Amino acid sequence: MHSTRAGNTMAHPGVLIGCDIHPVFNVVESIDVFGERYLARVFTPAERAACGEAPERLAARYAAKESVLKLLKIPADVAVAWTDIEVSADPNGAPSVTLHGRAAEIAADLGITTIELTLSHDGGMAMAVAAAMVGLDVELAA
Amino acid sequence: MSGTAGVDAGVRRVLDTHAKLRVPAADLAEDADLYAAGMTSHASVNVMLAVEDAFEVEFPDSLLTKSTFCSIGAIRCAVEGLLEAAA
Repeated sequence: MHSTRAGNTMAHPGVLIGCDIHPVFNVVESIDVFGERYLARVFTPAERAACGEAPERLAARYAAKESVLKLLKIPADVAVAWTDIEVSADPNGAPSVTLHGRAAEIAADLGITTIELTLSHDGGMAMAVAAAMVGLDVELAA
Repeated sequence: MSGTAGVDAGVRRVLDTHAKLRVPAADLAEDADLYAAGMTSHASVNVMLAVEDAFEVEFPDSLLTKSTFCSIGAIRCAVEGLLEAAA
């Protein structure tokens, strides 16, 4: 194990996970109070275009950003912008995450090449789970 | 709103409105852990935006750390730094 640029430590081989659950109402409230400033600070233009005006989809993306932050174990004094963690979806709706800036550097330091993501929302709550394998060469049986 | 006392009071007003704390901000020590007092990560976004409105400053990405918003004192120091840089 060694120190990284983020002051974090290289993860042991294994699986890193992070999860988050978030009330949709909190996003609605923040949009009502802060409007464009809130949306621009937290979500990328592509995320906003994908979500339209659906607060449950924005809340799920916020939960995804938090789950990735937990997975990366960001130290308290390391700055990561919310827009450095960008959630997108393929044509079938399967979500994926792209990291930018400091978040990408930290992931690279940890040896993370891919983060798997799943999102859901129901009953006024949105949630996400993020997972990444580090240092594992896993082959699934045919 | 200027001076340490003024900034401190302004930060506490913002916290009472936006941080979703379990206790009034007036009851918290300057170094009390705001996350332990009930502020969520998402509430800290609202706190940041409300502090920007209250003091007419903007937090750069370099200050978007958990430690910047972890206590009243930490937020006050950040605001004072931004005000000083703008002066």
